[in-house]
Amino acid sequence: MEGHLNLTLKIWRQKNAQTAGKFETYQVSGISTDMSFLEMIDVLNNRLIEEGDDPVAFDHDCREGICGMCSMYINGRPHGPNRGVTTCQLHMRSFKDGETITVEPWRASAFPVIKDLVVNRSAFDRIIAAGGFISVNTGNAQDANNLPINKDNADDAFAAAACIGCGACVAACKNASAMLFTSAKISQLALLPQGQIEAATRAQAMVAQMDEEGFGACSNTGACEAECPKGISIENIARMNREYFSATFSSK
Amino acid sequence: MTKIDAKIPDGNLAEKWTKFKSSVPLVNPSNKRNLEIIVIGSGLAGASAAASLAELGYKVKVFCFQDSPRRAHSIAAQGGINAAKNYQNDGDSVYRLFYDTIKGGDYRSREANVHRLAEVSGSIIDQCVAQGVPFAREYGGLLSNRSFGGTQVQRTFYAAGQTGQQLLLGAYSALQRQVGMGNVKLYTRHEMQDVVIIDGKARGIIARDSVSGALERHFGHAVLLCTGGYGNVFYLSTNAMGSNVTAAWKAHKKGAFFANPCYTQIHPTCIPVSGDHQSKLTLMSESLRNDGRIWVPKKENDTRKANEIPEDERDYYLERRYPAFGNLVPRDIASRAAKERCDAGFGVGSSKMAVYLDYAAAIIRYGQGEANKHNMHSPTDEEIQSMGKAVVKEKYGNLFDMYKQITGEDPYAVPMRIYPAVHYTMGGLWVDYNLMTTVPGLYALGEANFSDHGANRLGASALMQGLADGYFVIPYTIGAYLAAEIRTPSMSTDSEDFVKAEKAVRDRLETLMNIKGSKPVDYFHKRLGKIMWDECGMARSEKGLKASIKEIQALQKEFWSDVKIPGEIDNLNPELEKAGRVADFLELGELMCIDALDRDESCGGHFRLEYQTEDGEALRDDNKYAYVAAWEYEKQSSFKLHKEELKYENIKIAQRSYK
Repeated sequence: MEGHLNLTLKIWRQKNAQTAGKFETYQVSGISTDMSFLEMIDVLNNRLIEEGDDPVAFDHDCREGICGMCSMYINGRPHGPNRGVTTCQLHMRSFKDGETITVEPWRASAFPVIKDLVVNRSAFDRIIAAGGFISVNTGNAQDANNLPINKDNADDAFAAAACIGCGACVAACKNASAMLFTSAKISQLALLPQGQIEAATRAQAMVAQMDEEGFGACSNTGACEAECPKGISIENIARMNREYFSATFSSK
Repeated sequence: MTKIDAKIPDGNLAEKWTKFKSSVPLVNPSNKRNLEIIVIGSGLAGASAAASLAELGYKVKVFCFQDSPRRAHSIAAQGGINAAKNYQNDGDSVYRLFYDTIKGGDYRSREANVHRLAEVSGSIIDQCVAQGVPFAREYGGLLSNRSFGGTQVQRTFYAAGQTGQQLLLGAYSALQRQVGMGNVKLYTRHEMQDVVIIDGKARGIIARDSVSGALERHFGHAVLLCTGGYGNVFYLSTNAMGSNVTAAWKAHKKGAFFANPCYTQIHPTCIPVSGDHQSKLTLMSESLRNDGRIWVPKKENDTRKANEIPEDERDYYLERRYPAFGNLVPRDIASRAAKERCDAGFGVGSSKMAVYLDYAAAIIRYGQGEANKHNMHSPTDEEIQSMGKAVVKEKYGNLFDMYKQITGEDPYAVPMRIYPAVHYTMGGLWVDYNLMTTVPGLYALGEANFSDHGANRLGASALMQGLADGYFVIPYTIGAYLAAEIRTPSMSTDSEDFVKAEKAVRDRLETLMNIKGSKPVDYFHKRLGKIMWDECGMARSEKGLKASIKEIQALQKEFWSDVKIPGEIDNLNPELEKAGRVADFLELGELMCIDALDRDESCGGHFRLEYQTEDGEALRDDNKYAYVAAWEYEKQSSFKLHKEELKYENIKIAQRSYK
């Protein structure tokens, strides 16, 4: 049932990448438990605008958990307290009346802050551009059913491909590693026969780009998997490492 | 005055596209390297077009307002993509997909375009599989299909309830590959502010870098608008928060005709509104109608819980009214039927503006199927329930999870509550067979154009059209224009036309910032949305539309004198971005009402209360309205109607019946 909450929000405010940021405290009241977390921020922002203050900048778009754009670090966890959801699908019924909620941007040197809670995640696009594809130009394809694919492999490839590229894995990791993101794409394509031909070069190129972007190493804490809103498995990292090492050993 | 010529090739319907492809002028590879193409938007249409054109050798620039091309709202499409593969041996064919689409569109789309769409549909699936798109498969390793509304064959390919995501990531991969190779230059967090026209041809754009606020000038030999639909004119819709009409509207004001703006799709199965705070609506995929049954209580104002209402007191109204198609009638029909039941007092839930979508029967059916498969001769009810739920979870798990997240209710245990919501816009920029607008060199692809869905789009056809336009149509049709442009060198953006266009954009942004009124942008957007939903939504009338046009004009004035935009012009300023978009929606909303008022008939998503049959079905008037309404912008609040007559040479136009 719908209820109403009074909350204290501690939100990271930072004018731009060049300026230092700090927490600001805001009170909000009468927040419906049916609201999403972002709708609660909408309420705050419209009040700030009416009061003549600068609203909180945050990334969001689809608001149905699939575009990967929303990115808040809420009470010390990417996308907040619930497992398997993005911030846009986190609802206020997950919070208690009178609670203080701390909201920060993703923290990683490879994700510099643009403003307030907005960060630059273009490093992910560059990792994909380095090799996250199958080199097939439009028009080259054979009939789709000429290539039967074992259902289990297809299902595993789909599970890896469900990554939304939000960056929660990086934000959750104490090393700010992008291994879960990178391995999800490497796995997806390595599991499919179409992706086999370039598997070795793909793993090497994507890992190299990941390192160049300044993401950290993996120390197997599993925080990425635990915080991933799409449940991407850490087994993908193991698969990526196998692909990477076999590529390295067999490289000419 | 621009005259409209659809440039449909001569010849038999089934041969037009083949003949076109073999006779369209080609651009040789060394010339392609000197031709620059601007693509606005990175959804299915934009990403597939940009990747394919770059593969051909053109120099491509891609702009998107999001932080990555992978965020475009195609990502949220759930249910599937149609293709006339006939893998199920159930009688599908190119002709049948063509026929279903024309009929589904209520005989208001162009035969030649739709036939081409059906022809290339199979190649889309081939291309996507080659890219590594993980479609659902059967145990034999072959691709799986399901049914969608408005068809009687299984031609929909899918990847759980995330088909749009997987297709977009496929196109995005292809795009990023070209970015990595240096063939595409990517501009994220950039929003197109205007199109630049030089000597009557589109020659570039003015874009705003959202982070720095800087205005940029970009030249292109051609400009492709792949900017999606305008459903957010209703404020609440299943569109993403940033989805907007700005690029298309700016093009319209520079001479591109806007076609059938009143054709909007209200999707029948969305999660109902929960309160005033609501910022967007969430769709529950049409694929759920494959297995779910839609019902309301037979008793008016029934306050019992769903599970307490016995079977014989439930009204499965779609199955009752439309026995041939049942729960799989097209979207416009399913939406109106839900509205009819709720308006009559049979709605459910606290708002009474919802109907049930029930999976109880499907869970039992699937559970029994599993029991048979595993040779269990007398399974318990519990076993059937648990096996049935497992099957439903595999098919629709992410949708069920999403429903639970949003409503706090478990759809495996109680029926979902659903209600129609704005989802897609069939109208858009008018384009000819080549996908070119009435401005030479300016193209519109995907949802941004009007071309293929008539007055109502069938489920799983948006993904098909976006990818058809980008992968398989524009790479050919653009040659017809660019072959004549090989002598046009890259132009300097210091020319007077570019400088003037940039100044107009800057003046407008400064005007917006300087209003310093009292109300936030959302206040105006919500008011516009309410007018549109009440009077230009599921039911429209002459009286309501006339009043709405006046109200919207008054709202435009109020907006331009009282909107309050905080922050700075030269910094990341989401409110300024929103203000620009809402200003355009305010003008578009007016045109939508004008178009709806002009069309004295009901067809597809356009339902005029004055024009219905005795049993409440849409009443078309083919003698008077078998045309595309293409509107030319003259000045503020003044639009001129041009008609493109629709000729049906291959399909006999008929009263649409799903009974």
